[in-house]
Amino acid sequence: MQIPIEYYLILSAALFMTGIVGVLIRRNAIIVFMSIELMLNSANLTLITFSSYLGNSIGQIFVFFVMAVAAAEAAIGLAIIIALFRNKLTVNLDEINIFKW
Amino acid sequence: MLNNIQEFYNILPLIIIGGLILVSLIIEMYSESSEKILPWLSIIGFLFVGIYSLVEVGRTSIVLQNMLATGGVVNIFWLIFNITAAIVCLLSINYIKKYGAYYGEYYIIIQTSVLGMMLMAGAKDLIVIFLGLEVMSISFYVLAGFNRNRSSANEASLKYFLLGAFATGFLVYGIALIYGKATTTSIDAISLNFSALSGNVLFLTGVLLFLIGFSFKIAAFPFHMWVPDVYQGSPTTVAGLFSTAGKAAGFSALIVTFAALFGGPHGHLFTPYLSAIAVFSMLFGSIVAIMQTDIKRMLAYSSIAHAGYMLIGLASGNIDGVAGIIFYLAAYSFMNLAAFGIVSILEGKEETNLDLDSYAGLGTRSPFIAGLFALIMFALAGIPPFAGFFGKYYVFIAAIKSDLTWLAMVGILSSMISVYFYLRLVVIMYFKSSETEDKVSYTASEIIAVVIAVVFVIILGLAPGSFIDLVTKFL
Amino acid sequence: MLTEFGKVFAFILTAVMFVLIAVFAAKLIRPARPTKEKLTTYECGENPEGSPWVKFNIRFYVVALIFLIFDVEVVMLIPWALVYQDSGMLGFLVGAIFLILLGLGMAYEWRKGDLEWARPKITPLVLTKTEPPEEKQEKELNLGE
Repeated sequence: MQIPIEYYLILSAALFMTGIVGVLIRRNAIIVFMSIELMLNSANLTLITFSSYLGNSIGQIFVFFVMAVAAAEAAIGLAIIIALFRNKLTVNLDEINIFKW
Repeated sequence: MLNNIQEFYNILPLIIIGGLILVSLIIEMYSESSEKILPWLSIIGFLFVGIYSLVEVGRTSIVLQNMLATGGVVNIFWLIFNITAAIVCLLSINYIKKYGAYYGEYYIIIQTSVLGMMLMAGAKDLIVIFLGLEVMSISFYVLAGFNRNRSSANEASLKYFLLGAFATGFLVYGIALIYGKATTTSIDAISLNFSALSGNVLFLTGVLLFLIGFSFKIAAFPFHMWVPDVYQGSPTTVAGLFSTAGKAAGFSALIVTFAALFGGPHGHLFTPYLSAIAVFSMLFGSIVAIMQTDIKRMLAYSSIAHAGYMLIGLASGNIDGVAGIIFYLAAYSFMNLAAFGIVSILEGKEETNLDLDSYAGLGTRSPFIAGLFALIMFALAGIPPFAGFFGKYYVFIAAIKSDLTWLAMVGILSSMISVYFYLRLVVIMYFKSSETEDKVSYTASEIIAVVIAVVFVIILGLAPGSFIDLVTKFL
Repeated sequence: MLTEFGKVFAFILTAVMFVLIAVFAAKLIRPARPTKEKLTTYECGENPEGSPWVKFNIRFYVVALIFLIFDVEVVMLIPWALVYQDSGMLGFLVGAIFLILLGLGMAYEWRKGDLEWARPKITPLVLTKTEPPEEKQEKELNLGE
């Protein structure tokens, strides 16, 4: 027997919402960034699900690209966070406020 | 891969920019005088690609197994991106020394971002849009925080990065849902099936998420909050690149997917949503810009307002609207780039001279620069003989043709509000006496860059019809 | 009636409950007489040296970032390797271009000195007969104990 497609979609939607809520309520830059990665991975799960159910491979190819891009983004993001930490000694978004939000 | 030699000529702009990146990387690795070579190499490369795109504009084709389109509107976008980037490089030669962050990578990253934009404008597949967007965005995150020792730049970079990556999350999830219903990511295939797909909740949710992702990139209303901070914190020339080429790239992707995701000329499904964000962007940008005292923040809010005007063209959903957006983008790119260029000339060391008050008495101190700046402010405000007026005119006409007269009315109202803060700067420059009598010092390259941009603004203002005809021919 | 997944779920539930019940039952029954010696972290019988929450050297971070990029970019090679036999010369060229680009990035990092493991300069301790360093002697005495 097969797991119905809705289960996967609901799971990935739940992961996506978790990511959004994490971005909106957490104040640590690294945790916000992890929430964003969670959002990207939930999209990957959706793509894989559709790819598997539709029987075409476009979704899987897309997932490869998303993963590679997410890695590049992670490297840049962590480098930015460390550059900020060296200057301000904090990664708390509430204390990073030279400009008005 | 390539079927024949003609395909090679069609994607030559992309190949040249890609090769330019690699050559610049090697020069940066081994040459001691790379800081003198790289800007000129980039400018020559960008100009060549821009002119090549213009010459080849009539040769429309679809290459690389339905992944990329070339010719027509795509080449016009490539022209805008490359000329803009060339002007930014010309401005940066002196600015980046003043800003105190000379790393040779600066020009290489600008080249990379232009490659990303060109991919976005030519995309025939959602995967290519995603890749182009990410190549552009990741380059922009680095450029925003280019001076890693300055905490304002770090902060701008972090905010841009976090919100940009957040937007990417929406975009990818949206594409996933679109793919799930349409069973393909090819834009042409989706637009063929649009009428069958448009009733589906999954598909519409996907399109909405896609639109939200791009609203971040084009700085439209509910997702604009990063704009002022990022423009204020990043180097001024880079902020110029974000607000012109970056925004043009975002709109180019929306235009590319216009038929597939928004139904093209016959679909009015998203008109209410697009009109709503257009109205809020225009009014919010114009009203908040009045309260700003920092010139870069003021230009940032004005950029939000301009995104609103361009969205009117998208909301009206007809060919005139799309042609109007492309004209508006070209005009706006040169106007805003000239404005940021003058701000970068006047900016002192350590981010000084950015208050509106520091422009007092510019009319007597440096009449030439003040004259150019006044002209740009008139153009941005949309006062008739300049390009800015015609941009708004075409977009509003398109809205009226699609029975959205109220939207055009709101646009005109918002333009009148925005005249206040643009002309206030002119008043400060000419009628307020300054404490200092210092002349403004500038180098030839900077002033040439600004003059080129202003010349484009005037040309587009004098002959808007021929540009519109060129665009309409390919739509 | 349980579905197949329901059975798996029942197994997982049983496993979790088993552990939880065992732990809590033990907590109820066992005597609790903590001493300072018992509460310290167990480090193979040695006395623990300071907190484990030390800051790592920033140089590890650069290596980690570079690893992160190159490690994941290799994911692109997996589908390429699967179809490599069928795609012939063109496939080879595509893979070669990809690897050359990665190699160029690596060469750039190397050339720019980001792969250098910049060691801190160690100044050799100079011992002179006239002024014996007192702290050093004390440390040696401590070690002698």
